Amino acid sequence: MNRRIWRRTRSGLMVGLVGLAVVLALVPLGLILGHLLVKGAGSLDWAFFTRGPAPTGVEGGGVVHAIVGTLIIVGVASLMGLPVGIAAGIYCAEYPGTRLATATRFVADVMNGTPSIVVGVFAWTWIVAPQKHFSAFAGSVALAFLMVPMVLRTTEEMIKLVPHSLREAALALGYPRWRTSLAVVVRTTLPGIVTGSLLAVARIAGETAPLLFTALGSQFLSTRIDQPMAALPLVVFNYAIGPFEEWHRLAWATALVLILVVLVLSVAARIATRGRFTLRG
Amino acid sequence: MNGEGALAARRPLPAPDPTRPTLAPRPAAAAAPAGPALEAVDFHFAYGPGDWTLAGITLAVPPRAVTAIIGPSGCGKSTFLRAVNRMHDLMPGTRHAGELRVAGRPVYAPGTDVVALRQRVGMVFQRPNPFPKSVYDNVAYGPRLNRLVDTRDLPDLVERCLRQAALWDEVKDRLDAPATGLSGGQQQRLCIARALGNQPDLLLMDEPCSALDPIATQRVEELIFELKQDYTIVIVTHNMQQAARVSSRTAFFDLGRLVEYDETGRIFTNPAHERTEAYITGRFG
Repeated sequence: MNRRIWRRTRSGLMVGLVGLAVVLALVPLGLILGHLLVKGAGSLDWAFFTRGPAPTGVEGGGVVHAIVGTLIIVGVASLMGLPVGIAAGIYCAEYPGTRLATATRFVADVMNGTPSIVVGVFAWTWIVAPQKHFSAFAGSVALAFLMVPMVLRTTEEMIKLVPHSLREAALALGYPRWRTSLAVVVRTTLPGIVTGSLLAVARIAGETAPLLFTALGSQFLSTRIDQPMAALPLVVFNYAIGPFEEWHRLAWATALVLILVVLVLSVAARIATRGRFTLRG
Repeated sequence: MNGEGALAARRPLPAPDPTRPTLAPRPAAAAAPAGPALEAVDFHFAYGPGDWTLAGITLAVPPRAVTAIIGPSGCGKSTFLRAVNRMHDLMPGTRHAGELRVAGRPVYAPGTDVVALRQRVGMVFQRPNPFPKSVYDNVAYGPRLNRLVDTRDLPDLVERCLRQAALWDEVKDRLDAPATGLSGGQQQRLCIARALGNQPDLLLMDEPCSALDPIATQRVEELIFELKQDYTIVIVTHNMQQAARVSSRTAFFDLGRLVEYDETGRIFTNPAHERTEAYITGRFG
């Protein structure tokens, strides 16, 4: 009897501790979202999404230039980063023992740990300095460099989950090795690869440091990727460190927009995994 | 993913690749080919350096019949089966010696096209492993890849294979449903239908019923019995009653060697070797 009570107490204690850890993990997220909503939601109106910045000292103005800028910079970065990352991930998973795969995996791990500002400095050295002017393209390159290792590792991990029996089934039907990889293994993991890609896009959409000395930022709505361009994180950064109340208000609102963009991408990633033909077990 | 059929329909058929030996179109009900469907002459196999896992296997499998391979765990029966369509190729460091021929053609010759070989030699595995696709696509996979039939005839072929696998009546209304939603026994019959889709010369079955319940097992056994009219089947089984029920010839493997190979009735009633008798009477294994 005594042992039973002791066992129940211990169990209750442990469940309580785990619950506490969950709450502690969720509190910062709730605080951030709540604070942003309180500070920023009031400023979100039609003009905020349709107008460019107002002249200094004038009330109002919007961030359409930064929204367009972020879409272009992140879009171009994804066009460069995703194919490379996914292809390299497939290679590493399908030929795991080769020296090239081992080296690639090592480099990806190192790059995953590289501070993003360092990547920004490199993009500055390679692209901005030789061209002698800042450009959105340089920013995209920096972000693409950040994406590749993330996408590579998630793709590789996803493909490793495909059971060996599925591979054997395809080979036994007379599928050549490469077609087995593409038609069966990659097709099966496609939802996972899409998720990994969307999460990587969400991650880089919020990056500020690599854009500081590449895309630089701009006060105007621009679609030329060879010119400086505004981006949401840069606008947050510039407005937040500015001296005016009005700017701080805009910074909060922009930060809210940025986090909503990231949230939408993450939710989209969740929905993408809910495929009908996903793997079980 | 269901749009794949429509996609394939739009894709024009490319000219046949001259470097790949084309499959001669098989006459539907040709007379049984002369000579053994599968022949091993002093075949040896090992997974790495050291002792042979299989040694000195010599046997000839007659066409249009079921041949069972029985033996205790680790005797090499699955290794032998998987050597026939070179499933061991994925593993580095395997060795082999001697001759292995499918329909007279060497399996391990330097010029052998593994892909073409596997198209002629179908395989059903221990656990059902359908692709996570629709029932239809699972069966259409092989013939679509190997361009065995015109795209327009593909639905007919799929139906024929599903009927041969005694699955048609159960799935005809849900060909678009995911194959992973079928029961274990249905999945295994689907895997058999998928293998039949390639119209193989030889069908290898590696303990196809070991993951199934008795009723599903019975259905698959009946199916094997039916299929031997059109196909040559080699089945590895742990279950001696199963070997006795479905096969016409039985090979007994022990410790990587072929101990005895004879008509099934003889093996089970009057085996020539003491070791065989000990095994079939349940004294070891």
